Amino acid sequence: MTKRDLALRVGGAAGDGVSSTSESFAKISARSGLHTWTYSSYQSVIRGGHVWTQVRGGLDPLLSHGGDPDVVLCLNQQTMDVHQADVLEGGAIIYDLDSVKLDSGKVRKGVRLLGIPLRKKAQTLSPNALMRNTVALGAAVQLFDMDFRHVESAFKDIWGDKKPEVAEQNVQAARLGAEAVREMGGSLQLGFTYSNEPKYLLTGNEAICLGALAAGVKFLAQYPMTPASSILHWMALHAPKYGVVVKQVEDELAAMNMAVGAGFAGVRAMTATSGGGFCLMVEAIGQAGMTETPLVAILVQRTGPSTGLPTKTEQADLNLALGAGQGEWPRAILAPRNPEECFRLTAQAFNLAEIYQTPVILISDLYLSEGYRTVEKFDFNVPIVRGMMAADGGGTAKDYKRYLLTESGVSPRALPGTKGFQHVAATDEHMESGELISDILAGLPEYVEERRKMHEKRMRKLEGLRKDTPPPELWGPKHADLTIILWGSTWGAAHEAILQVDEKDGVKVNSLEFPTIFPFHVDATQHLLRGVEQSLMVEGNFTGQFSRLLRAETGYKPDHFYGRYDGEPFASRDIADKILEVVA
Amino acid sequence: MKLEFEMNTYKSEIKPTWCPGCGDFAVLRSLQTAIHALQLAPWNIVIVSGIGCSSNLPHFLSTYGFHAIHGRALPVAEGAKLANPDLNVIVTGGDGDGYGIGVGHFIHAMRRNFDITYIVMNNQIYGLTTGQASPTSEKGMKTKSTPIEGVIENPLDPISLAIASGATYVARTFSGDVKMMSELVKGGIEHKGFALIDCLSPCVTYNKVNTYDFFRERVYDLAKEGHNPADMKAAFAKAIEWPAVQQDRIPLGLFYRNPEMPTYEDLEIALRKGAPVKQPLGVDDPDELMSGFL
Repeated sequence: MTKRDLALRVGGAAGDGVSSTSESFAKISARSGLHTWTYSSYQSVIRGGHVWTQVRGGLDPLLSHGGDPDVVLCLNQQTMDVHQADVLEGGAIIYDLDSVKLDSGKVRKGVRLLGIPLRKKAQTLSPNALMRNTVALGAAVQLFDMDFRHVESAFKDIWGDKKPEVAEQNVQAARLGAEAVREMGGSLQLGFTYSNEPKYLLTGNEAICLGALAAGVKFLAQYPMTPASSILHWMALHAPKYGVVVKQVEDELAAMNMAVGAGFAGVRAMTATSGGGFCLMVEAIGQAGMTETPLVAILVQRTGPSTGLPTKTEQADLNLALGAGQGEWPRAILAPRNPEECFRLTAQAFNLAEIYQTPVILISDLYLSEGYRTVEKFDFNVPIVRGMMAADGGGTAKDYKRYLLTESGVSPRALPGTKGFQHVAATDEHMESGELISDILAGLPEYVEERRKMHEKRMRKLEGLRKDTPPPELWGPKHADLTIILWGSTWGAAHEAILQVDEKDGVKVNSLEFPTIFPFHVDATQHLLRGVEQSLMVEGNFTGQFSRLLRAETGYKPDHFYGRYDGEPFASRDIADKILEVVA
Repeated sequence: MKLEFEMNTYKSEIKPTWCPGCGDFAVLRSLQTAIHALQLAPWNIVIVSGIGCSSNLPHFLSTYGFHAIHGRALPVAEGAKLANPDLNVIVTGGDGDGYGIGVGHFIHAMRRNFDITYIVMNNQIYGLTTGQASPTSEKGMKTKSTPIEGVIENPLDPISLAIASGATYVARTFSGDVKMMSELVKGGIEHKGFALIDCLSPCVTYNKVNTYDFFRERVYDLAKEGHNPADMKAAFAKAIEWPAVQQDRIPLGLFYRNPEMPTYEDLEIALRKGAPVKQPLGVDDPDELMSGFL
């Protein structure tokens, strides 16, 4: 069978240029016309340690960063030690002849060992050896027979018009690497024909930014925290052009509270963070629920608890999102599975937040947020629905009640600056007018009733939110031996595993997937569960946070549970093994 | 000349629930007098508060208000101001709210020099939680949370903290002098930049030390002693007078003012297009935007 995908793994110490090398290669892959998917394994360190990135390119759409690579590019000894045994038969290891030693006994049969004096070659062009990774990149591009003009354009993107001589020097360095490969037996002959029709390449976080821009976000307040920081970086650079205020603030308390203030004043406002920062936001997000202020909160999960593994992935903040804030308030929690959904659901989140005047949480994870993926061009013509405004709904200023009791639970909003609709939005319990119940009225018989009605009004929004959020989906054959239940980024590896076991083992598996976590789509889920023979819950945590929600909402307990909490993303190979174990 | 907005226009139908004699009545009156004197449209004012007795203030006026959670009034106000810089944003609250739980936001809001007026009703005690020590409680003061030997921490000095942090209008007033307070609040609202008005506002129920009489015996007017608020060094010298240097004289008035410093809104790139709340939504060049990812 001819190969239809390729994978390059670049490894070294932090500071060796692993990320720039792999990002360039991902670009080259996408510009060669390949569907591309990357995964970076890195650490919470600026220099040293061991970091690696795998870039996979495929003629067909991809579902994961893949398993063993065709080529490993070793920028240090540790990369050789850790990864040499993974290289596929017919593949190659590129390593720096001057600094990396080879123990070929560990390498698979038929793997080519390409020791290249990377440093020395780089130094023929420039006295410092900074470009040794570029020499290695050129060697990889040659091994895969890719068009060298993509190397040129990738470097031009990085150094651009400002430093054309640096770009040119790097192209020369890459040519030295390519030349070395030609002298050492030439390319891998994978049999690829590249269309060279470039594809869009971006991260989940960038897709979230684009979705927010498409929806008309005008305010982002954020405090840096991996793996959400790239949202702040991208927005700070690109969003002011669209009239978006992007503000790095003193802490996550301020981030959420500023988003609340901006949402109250009438713009589409957002904040983004990871679990630790979200912990600091919970009181303020409850404030938005109580004051009925729209906002969108992006929660990008990493490995916890506490500071945990800042550079590793997990899906263990679901309970945090579900339970954030004291008391009860209506919220929606959306969980994108891929960059397309990051874009679409973020845009939708802004509509939901304004229609229902309450916070919407978009929960993602490091694997999805930081990995590069190729996508089809996004359609920026997203619907924009801003919800009920008192001033344009025929309401009169005289009898305006900000928290009017309505059947839907939604009360027409009025923005500061609107003549005659002045009111106070209060975090204390309040009446329809906004006047407090908490201080001198609480407990009086009439106001016991008022409180009950006001709380029910807010909570009624959950019904509308349930209707307007995307329902669960069943993917794969209608009748299957096993149904995988999943949410979020687990999607890709699960689909890949399902296709694998179907092809290799004839086992029919489908998957039940939840782009909306909350409000839980009880009826739709129960309907889909009726056809399930047996089920395997796959999620990135120890306690089965979604399993528990599913059981609480529907009474259904998945038959099997596969949790992962070692910091690594799910691999299709492991899910496939689990499937076979379960159906055996 | 007939004014567009009568004094009563600014009053809401809700009556304050403060204890009789509370210093906060004077602050409410001063704020109402100031916005009336400036003839600000009530719908263009947002008063943001936190939690505490004094933070109920927005309910008693007919402007827009946001009664936020404890200690977070400033970031809420900053968000509102950035979303719509055309609004007059005023923040009201107590010493526990602003100098205790929210002190981090206090410092950062000042160094940004937002065009926001921050009125702190400083009663040197936690009132709504029935009488615990506050960050400005005097050393030695016995409270419910310091019942045996009194407060053993040093009080926080909001005035010198504000000048050091970059506030560009820093004043202290006293609820016993509504006229002076109204003038200083008015000046704060008119000032382009961050204005702190620390109002010594006695708590008649829980603070038996810092009473009206306590202050009347000690306060003096900085303006009458020739203080120049443009002089930052002199401002610092006056700021540390009470209670660090001496206990028996408390300066009131404008310590520091710098009208030249650009505000955050002046410098924020996105605001050059105008108020974000008035801008069109979405992206007009999606192809160009996407091409950045090719």
